[in-house]
Amino acid sequence: MHLTLEFGGGLELLLEKSTKVHKVDLQPNDGDGKVVMKGLLAWVKSNLIKERPEMFLKGDSVRPGVLVLINDCDWELCGGLDAELEEKDVVVFISTLHGG
Amino acid sequence: MDSAVDGPRQPPARAGSRLCTRCGERKAALKRPKTLEQICRECFYVVFEDEIHQTIVDNNLFKPGDRVAIGASGGKDSTVLAYVLSELNRRHKYCLDLFLLSVDEGITGYRDDSLETVKRNEIQYGLPLKIVSYKDLYGWTMDDIVKAIGLKNNCTFCGVFRRQALDRGAALLKVDKIVTGHNADDIAETVLLNILRGDIARLSRCTFITTGEDGPIPRCKPFKYTYEKEIVMYAYFKKLDYFSTECIYSPNAYRGFAREFIKDLERMRPRAILDIIKSGENFRISTTTRMPEQGTCERCGYISSQKLCKACVLLDGLNRGLPKLGIGRTKGIAGGDGDCEQQATRSERNRSSLQGKHGNFDF
Repeated sequence: MHLTLEFGGGLELLLEKSTKVHKVDLQPNDGDGKVVMKGLLAWVKSNLIKERPEMFLKGDSVRPGVLVLINDCDWELCGGLDAELEEKDVVVFISTLHGG
Repeated sequence: MDSAVDGPRQPPARAGSRLCTRCGERKAALKRPKTLEQICRECFYVVFEDEIHQTIVDNNLFKPGDRVAIGASGGKDSTVLAYVLSELNRRHKYCLDLFLLSVDEGITGYRDDSLETVKRNEIQYGLPLKIVSYKDLYGWTMDDIVKAIGLKNNCTFCGVFRRQALDRGAALLKVDKIVTGHNADDIAETVLLNILRGDIARLSRCTFITTGEDGPIPRCKPFKYTYEKEIVMYAYFKKLDYFSTECIYSPNAYRGFAREFIKDLERMRPRAILDIIKSGENFRISTTTRMPEQGTCERCGYISSQKLCKACVLLDGLNRGLPKLGIGRTKGIAGGDGDCEQQATRSERNRSSLQGKHGNFDF
């Protein structure tokens, strides 16, 4: 499944070369061919995050204070961790925790 | 961020495609933490801006003709504040003269970059920009100070110096008011911190929307009731240009814990943030609690509850090669720790009243 992931608000600093936009190809691994946000977060943690994962994740979700948008829609309206992703979705992560 | 085009994206058929509860027409784009309403982007802009306008009007934050300096760091809050305030000033004819006021602490790789953002904001919003630097005001940059004192206590210097630097910059601009981008989350966090530190003087003051009315230049916080989530969403949807890097010297661990705690609470019950502010507003401080009283610094004339203001004490230490001077626990009622610049000693000057305490504005 092809997804576009964007990291902002300082989260990009946790990634290789501080790259903000990542075009990724994710293999659904749970048999039914679905990718849900929970799985995506785990994938991001093991494949993209290079340092301080605790700035991004807490437990099995994002750290409180990290905003998530799926196709420019607040993930709280899409089912949060259980939101199902589809081909070509755009997922944006923005930290609110950096200076103001 | 090429993905975020303006206007509604064709929604995939899924749970996320419900309609805005306000207009009933467009697809909801976010859940408001304050009200749990699900609203679309356009309605969000309207309610976000209207609430700030209402806060400004209800609290009489400005008078027509006021010159107002926006404390601008290049970060999300002050960038959104500069944008929204310019909009509201035009739309509602506040007749304000707005300025951007930035402090250059002299932190290579951090403030120099964020000041570039402010310089772009100057052009984008057409607001004149004034930058005051620690180097010019005090003869020391934060880089110099950290070289002299190391990575402990450096935030104390920075905090004390910044507060005064903003006032000095505002005086140079001859403004009537300073506005800062402190948001509801920041204020809730500060209420908690002041409780945790037993800092009663600040506890009673930190929820005031305007402070320092008896000082040289009052400060106010138009985002007092604005959630950080909404500020960041607004900046994201509007594609505002802001800078987000943590200060290279600042792992302020204690504040970090309070911040994380607030965010955890918010996730469980978003109203917690407003409720903490409400609690802060309604504390009644016992009249037997002694409060520091405000005077002026004998050396520089800045407001101070002591003979010398904290900035002069710290500067003295730096210049004499004794940087620890003025740092550390001071005996007294308010239990100042490293991050707390008030030396509230039980001097005869301390009496119990709540008005106009101790001239600084750490909320």
